[in-house]
Amino acid sequence: MVATSRKDPPAPTPAAASRRVLTRRQRENRAGLAYLSPTLIVVLVVVVLPVLWTVMLGFQRIRLINLRRAGVFGDYTLANLELVLTSPGFWSSLWTTLVYTIGATFGSILLGLIAALALRGRFRGRTFVRASVLLPYVAPVVAVTFVWESLLSPQFGLANNWGTRFLGWDRPIAFLSQREYEVSLFGWHFDVPLALLTVIVFEAWRYFPFAFLFLLARLQAVPQDLEEAARVDGAAPTQIFRHVLLPQLGAVIALLTVLRFIMTFNKFDDVYLLTGGGAGTEVVSVRVYNFLTARFDIGAASAQALVLALGLIVLLAVYLKFLAPRVEGES
Amino acid sequence: MADRAMVETRVLRVLRWVVIAGLVLVTLFPFYYMLLLSIRPIEEVLQNPGRVWAGPADWTITTYREVLTSAEDGGQGFVKFLANSALVSLAATAVTLLVSIPGAYAVSRLRFVGRKQVHFLFLAVYLFPSILLAIPLFVLFTRLGLRGSLGGLTIVYIAQTVPVSIYMLRNYLTTIPESLEEAAAVDGYSRLQTLRKIVLPLAAPAVMANALYVFMIAWNEFLFALLFLVEDRADWTVSLGLAQLSGGIEVSKTVLMAGSVVLTVPIVIIFFAAERLLTEGLTAGADKG
Repeated sequence: MVATSRKDPPAPTPAAASRRVLTRRQRENRAGLAYLSPTLIVVLVVVVLPVLWTVMLGFQRIRLINLRRAGVFGDYTLANLELVLTSPGFWSSLWTTLVYTIGATFGSILLGLIAALALRGRFRGRTFVRASVLLPYVAPVVAVTFVWESLLSPQFGLANNWGTRFLGWDRPIAFLSQREYEVSLFGWHFDVPLALLTVIVFEAWRYFPFAFLFLLARLQAVPQDLEEAARVDGAAPTQIFRHVLLPQLGAVIALLTVLRFIMTFNKFDDVYLLTGGGAGTEVVSVRVYNFLTARFDIGAASAQALVLALGLIVLLAVYLKFLAPRVEGES
Repeated sequence: MADRAMVETRVLRVLRWVVIAGLVLVTLFPFYYMLLLSIRPIEEVLQNPGRVWAGPADWTITTYREVLTSAEDGGQGFVKFLANSALVSLAATAVTLLVSIPGAYAVSRLRFVGRKQVHFLFLAVYLFPSILLAIPLFVLFTRLGLRGSLGGLTIVYIAQTVPVSIYMLRNYLTTIPESLEEAAAVDGYSRLQTLRKIVLPLAAPAVMANALYVFMIAWNEFLFALLFLVEDRADWTVSLGLAQLSGGIEVSKTVLMAGSVVLTVPIVIIFFAAERLLTEGLTAGADKG
């Protein structure tokens, strides 16, 4: 990338002069740091330091009222961690988060893959269709959750109205506020976690465009003659997909899986806005928010967030393992 | 085998159109429904929840009037919220660009100590859970008295968008031939002059895409707005206002739908105007495999 400007610094003939005049390399170093310094300052002040502070808060008994007492030399304790790990609902909320994350990640990538395959070839109106498909991803989360709530509302929602009229439902289904829904299938009765399932479907709907974008970009980079050759040899479309396209997509799908997993794992807005964390959908981030705003228990909220972060660091390590060779290759 | 290929090709040719129609329906219908509810009177919606079409005779604009009229005049005051959202988003966009353009230039062109580590830092910031960041910032801003100020919120947005912004710009800057800059250096341009007069005009499309992207993130953001601004209605952004009002029962749903439309329309306009720019910026590098 910078190969052209790589010249050896001039040999320092007079020792005194070289001390005053900076070498080209040194000047470049200084300029680089200077140009980047605003960014570094912002990130340091608004991201890095606060995070370090969270770590400290997580090990002190702090509520908003006695915040003034909090400092670097506060009383460190493991009480928060103990409180969080033993409090009712923590483990179930971690489980909920995991189910939600895996479901939404898988759903969005699968839907994105189907969309990418369908919209790959040219047809009239493709630009319009492609742009519309991206709408769920770019539209404001508050607006789309509100529309979904209205669509699924038991009182005036379209889904329930049509369900009772055309699908023969006995009564409206409260998609977002019912924890368990009994389903009978071939004489078997079992409960599905309805609200959680609805939230997962929403998440897959909102984020499949993200997967779609990446997969489509990769699909279009697959050399045409590969597919052409397979077709000439009489391969069926599903075979071409399985043996020609899928191997090409492997890396992007792996990348998407990790990216979507991490992002969904931390997601707050969607669940909070749809259900408020009720009906068996309380994911860890919503729980942290409740600790923070309802109880003003900063210590416990921090400890909980740290548990979330710890899970994340593990995931990040996995991600870097995937990404590291790519970054090396780029720069 | 040829039979299978033929059968599959035929089936898929039909199936493809079914999938395309399904996708368009699933993605566009909620937005259509939003628009539809916003122009129907609430009594009529409650009576006929299943209608998906309304003729011009049934339309009403009272919902929009109520949502936009200021709170003093009995409305919901969304004009004020829109102004707040616009102010925060525009300020965040401007400062983010100001900070990230030199940053991206440094990362893409200059060799300096710690360049590799910077990548890691940005990646970490990008993937970091915002709820984790929310706690210390909530505490810190409470202490500094910045909670409840639009300025505080803007700072948070800047910090959250700068890393992505640098990443996007860097991808573009590396495609600009370096010989141009060397020529400028020979002509006696300083580094800053080169950046301003040579690199920036060439990178204009990327900068534009980036600006729109940052604007969209800031406009759509909800969590930090909720944490920082919830106490004073005069500070609410559109997202926050809509979320707060939709929790209650005082404001009718159709009025709030009009609010949703007001919130969504700027984003949709920006998006359709610059779709190509944005998608290329987002996936830059993804196709390198």
